Amino acid sequence: MSDTNVGHLVAVEGVEMVFKRSAEEIHVLRDLNLHVPKGEFLALMGPSGSGKSTLLNLIGGLDRPTRGTVRIDGEPLDGLSDRKLADWRARHIGFVFQLYNLVPVLTAERNVELPLLLTHLNKAQRQKHVAAALEAVGLSHRTRHYPRTLSGGEQQRVGIARAIVTDPTLLLCDEPTGDLDRKAGDEILDLLQALNREQGKTIIMVTHDPHASARASRTVYLNKGQLATEPIQ
Amino acid sequence: MKFFHLIWGNLRRKQLRTALTILSILVAFVLFGFLSAIKQALAGGITLEGANRLVVRHKVSLIQLLPESYKARMERIPGVSGATHLTWFGGVYQEPKNFFPQMPVVPEEFLQMHPEFILKPEEKAAWMGTRTACIVGRKTAERFKWKIGDRIPIQSAIWMQKGGSHAWEFEIAGIFDGKERNTDTTQMFFRFDYFDEAREQGKGLVGWYIVRVTDPARSPQIAQAIDAEFANSAAETKAETEGAFVQAFTRQIGDIAMITASIMGAVFFTILLVTGNTMSQSVRERAGEIGVLKAIGFTSTQVLGLILAESCLVSILGGIAGLGVAVLMISRGDPTGGMLPLFAFPAHDVLIGLVISIMLGLVTGVFPAIHAMRLRVADALRRM
Repeated sequence: MSDTNVGHLVAVEGVEMVFKRSAEEIHVLRDLNLHVPKGEFLALMGPSGSGKSTLLNLIGGLDRPTRGTVRIDGEPLDGLSDRKLADWRARHIGFVFQLYNLVPVLTAERNVELPLLLTHLNKAQRQKHVAAALEAVGLSHRTRHYPRTLSGGEQQRVGIARAIVTDPTLLLCDEPTGDLDRKAGDEILDLLQALNREQGKTIIMVTHDPHASARASRTVYLNKGQLATEPIQ
Repeated sequence: MKFFHLIWGNLRRKQLRTALTILSILVAFVLFGFLSAIKQALAGGITLEGANRLVVRHKVSLIQLLPESYKARMERIPGVSGATHLTWFGGVYQEPKNFFPQMPVVPEEFLQMHPEFILKPEEKAAWMGTRTACIVGRKTAERFKWKIGDRIPIQSAIWMQKGGSHAWEFEIAGIFDGKERNTDTTQMFFRFDYFDEAREQGKGLVGWYIVRVTDPARSPQIAQAIDAEFANSAAETKAETEGAFVQAFTRQIGDIAMITASIMGAVFFTILLVTGNTMSQSVRERAGEIGVLKAIGFTSTQVLGLILAESCLVSILGGIAGLGVAVLMISRGDPTGGMLPLFAFPAHDVLIGLVISIMLGLVTGVFPAIHAMRLRVADALRRM
């Protein structure tokens, strides 16, 4: 681990991401560097198409950069096979999606249990963890409900419970309030803030919304594949 | 098993689609059951008991008769340890739909030749003691609710009694059972001496012979020797093993095995397309969810396993239901009322059906499963 990485949970170094569409090359990220210390709540802002979600995917090990390195807790992801990367994601990353992305045919508790199916926990242990996660998001009374019977805010809480049930190192949130009204959005932000402050979770949140980014401890801006500390007009 | 609720939940996602897919598989397996039972009925009469027996018939066809005097000449051929004859009676009980096979035989030598028919000693004695007595198989006795002592009228389409009557009457002296499950117990046997004396025409002629050989390995040579014995006579013979005889008999309808295999091939190929298309559609519809599973740590191999398990579950549910319905329907017996006496669903075909259902699940699931396995997470999530 280099000196620059000391204390950083996330280190994105010299990352470029190029997509090929027919003969055309689209540079989504250009020589991007980003360091996120442990325990930080970072907001990642930028206009549509600026590469926010792509960067989040790279940090979450869902995609691989064309050039450069992504390290999480000092571990470079580019050397991991797809299988090891999947195992690594299961142990270290919790994802929260804009559209909640719950499995509609499973109840809230079954959705939350999904990441635990990949562990060696027995049924009773899994149920204990699920109950704790649902309690943490304030949904202990909705465990047997299917996503279609829950409000948007409640579905997002289930999504957060699913993300934290394995006690991951890092929470990656892709516009978690993007599909919610202000009140429900505020409740989700309260929850994320509490997870950051009380449980020390490191959170990277992609958002369009300045109101949401104001809850973060730091905000960085992304435009045309490059980072800035100030909004780019 | 911990993934079962996820697999089951996905099947319940589009309940009508899943139900119709299972139903189509069910129908295919019911058809499989019936074709197996028909194949068994037509070609399944070859038993181990018949391994040392030859059937000798007229060279021209089965309906041409042979002289009764051939018996003694056959028994003199080296390797032959006994011979007995049967004749097709072609009768019905009360009305044409009540058809079942009846044959006049010489009781003692017939029973010696066919140890697969189990008859109580006292019933055998009663049969020997009464010229008009007969024995009937358990299935036929149960079919017509006959019991020992009943007098039954049989109307023969072929044989006329002296005086011009086609109606014959027999007294049931015994009811025989089969030694093996597939032994035909729909038949009725009565005494040849009574038949030969009472019939108007064909005196001294019989339908075909059953010949027992001492060494089954030499059956082809003995069959050749029998045919040579009667070569250039007025009634040349064709001798063959019982198995070959049954197969030749069923070949009059066609190659049963090929016909059933062709029908089943077409049915399962269609089901393969239907189920495969359903599975592909189902996986395409939830590409985003598959992306989520991968994002939270499911490996591509686990995703492949989940899809294959889902397709196998659909196929096995349909297969078991279809085989179950087939077993129930076939257990009600011969639907033709006597034309298919050995109509039954063989246990090994039930097992083959189960294996086919698993294979069907694997084959229909493999392409969508590979597609899901190869799905890039970032691409899949964009489809939500």
